Amino acid sequence: MHLHKYEKIWLVFGIASLIVFLSVVGVSAFSQDHTPAGGMETIDPKKVSETAPFDNPGVTQLDDDTYQATIVAMAFGYQAPELKVPVGKEIIFKVTSTDVVHSLTIDNTKVNMMVVPGRITTKSYTFEEPGTYLILCNEYCGTGHHMMYTEIEVYEQ
Amino acid sequence: MIAVQDRKIALWNIGVAYTAFLIGTLCGLLQVFIRNDALQLPAWLDYYQILTAHGVLLALVFTTFFIFGFFITGMSKSLGSFGPKVRLFSWIGFWVTLLGTVMATAMIVAGEASVLYTFYAPLKASGFYYVGLALVIIGTWISSFALVGHYRVWRKNNKGQLSPLFAFMTITTIIMWIIACLGVVATVLFQYIPWAFGWTDTIDVELSRTLFWFFGHPLVYFWLLPAYMAWYVIVPKILGVKVFSDSLARLSFVLFILFSIPVGFHHQLTEPGISNFWKFLQVVLTFMVIVPSLMTAFSMFATFEIAGRKNGGKGLFGWFTKLPWKDIRFTSIFIAMAFFIPGGAGGIINASFQLNEVVHNTLWIVGHFHITVGTPVAMTFMGLTFWLIPYLTGRKFTKSMKVLGLVQIITWSFGMLLMSTAQHLLGLLGAPRRTAYSGYNDHPAALEWFDGILTNHVTMAIGGSILFVSAMILIYIVVMTMFLSPKAVEPKDIVDFPLAESDMSRTPKWLENWWIWIGLALALIVIAYAIPISQMIHHAPPGSEGFKTW
Repeated sequence: MHLHKYEKIWLVFGIASLIVFLSVVGVSAFSQDHTPAGGMETIDPKKVSETAPFDNPGVTQLDDDTYQATIVAMAFGYQAPELKVPVGKEIIFKVTSTDVVHSLTIDNTKVNMMVVPGRITTKSYTFEEPGTYLILCNEYCGTGHHMMYTEIEVYEQ
Repeated sequence: MIAVQDRKIALWNIGVAYTAFLIGTLCGLLQVFIRNDALQLPAWLDYYQILTAHGVLLALVFTTFFIFGFFITGMSKSLGSFGPKVRLFSWIGFWVTLLGTVMATAMIVAGEASVLYTFYAPLKASGFYYVGLALVIIGTWISSFALVGHYRVWRKNNKGQLSPLFAFMTITTIIMWIIACLGVVATVLFQYIPWAFGWTDTIDVELSRTLFWFFGHPLVYFWLLPAYMAWYVIVPKILGVKVFSDSLARLSFVLFILFSIPVGFHHQLTEPGISNFWKFLQVVLTFMVIVPSLMTAFSMFATFEIAGRKNGGKGLFGWFTKLPWKDIRFTSIFIAMAFFIPGGAGGIINASFQLNEVVHNTLWIVGHFHITVGTPVAMTFMGLTFWLIPYLTGRKFTKSMKVLGLVQIITWSFGMLLMSTAQHLLGLLGAPRRTAYSGYNDHPAALEWFDGILTNHVTMAIGGSILFVSAMILIYIVVMTMFLSPKAVEPKDIVDFPLAESDMSRTPKWLENWWIWIGLALALIVIAYAIPISQMIHHAPPGSEGFKTW
């Protein structure tokens, strides 16, 4: 099959750029642990309030440098009393839903988690700036979707 | 001129497409004003109903019917008139698709299906909404098989020959479409319908999402490939040159069969139930699909340069000014291609694994959608409409139509530029998609998003209004060329189907051995999906009951 010389140059350049892009993304993902929200844990969506850790939602300290924020999403809000976490510490978010699909998205951060009933979504994040952050749902979940929000307070230690 | 019976099928398809376009764009106009809080809807109508209708009617119905109108015309033109069986099944396909569309739309209007066109479980619409969607898919399959039948007859009568490029590309698109639909058919038939009618109590949500996106990404290539067909086989004819390279055109199309399907996880990067390894593998496969698009870009600009130089263009870029800019059949498609440059680049960003977190489900995605399907695809279809309808009805495309056509594509480009730029920027700031308002009770963080010169509701509303005006001009052109313009009698007034010549003498025969491409496509699908889907089923949590949260 005939390829024009310039076309060969164009394709070699294009494919080489793709390889560079993918390598950057791949190295950042698997050697520096920059992976998107996810997790393989499952849960019975009808028994969320009886299943640990969602029987006791909120912030708990795991060790000196790690906290866990356990949050239940439901139409149209988040169940998590007192969302206050320290700045500069690793926060592990664990979220599930009792009804339809939602998201837990924290404005001005990289926390953007799909929340699927029957599954537990996990994301680790370290806040670098103190302040009050808006948490919102960005997956359509019903009439009140645009009213589904809460806040998280990040305090200086 | 193709047979009158074939023209009739094509015209009905295009007629339905533009009816959907009319209602769909009206919904779009309402949305920008509701978000702006400038419009209060009556109690019986709600934002998410309109949003569902906008998505279903434009992204699914307009595109699908238009594509079949274009395919039917081109297949009859390049392979000869349809036989009685092909005609019969094309009609059956058309009516089944239409029946499905009417059922789904009726459920949306009745407020029984405000689940958007992605219909994610466990939002539970009326069972008839899912039956309607299933009929749409089955109808397209019937129409597809009619065209495949027509192609097989041609192949039998022309043994050992490569088929004309238009037919080859149509069959490629249809093969890709049929394989892609298997995912959505599986989830709708075996998960949604039994669950929505109460025959099963629960649904496996993550599995249904995965099967949906198995279909959802190739769906966008089902829209894009007919636009690419116009770029490859229509544009050169308008420019007065041949197809740049027949073999390259065919190769890029078969690569789409391979790489448009095993990539659905890049829509599910931020969700649980799929391990990072499989997400990343599909990200890699997603990037492969960029290769045929790069090939297409090269072919297009090579065609432009050859045509421009033929018209006397000199120097490095002199050919550019020698292109037929006053011909709206060309200018529309050129602008469509130009929009696809940022559109495609945005797609690469979206699919870039962890980078997806920054943009996932924000208004950025809405902007991306409007500069991919909303302009490159839709404006190519508009550019086709300007000659396709007069060709089919035998009417003139008058001078005033040409002027209106130019106004229409310029307004569409300008409106889209405003609206999609605002959406992209708002998305980067964090504003979510698919929301009626996004003020969050005047939360300071939310107010900040809408504070910019380009990033505010007014820019979006102005853009949306210009787009609606443009859409109405187009509807006027469609109605005129379909029913009212004078019949073309003199040879100079007769509108032709611009189908470029393609030199097949050096095209290898193996490119048209479909079993190679179907086999490779299925192998890639098994590699990308078999293990993660079986894990999903084996480690499935208890299913979800349905919810009607609207």
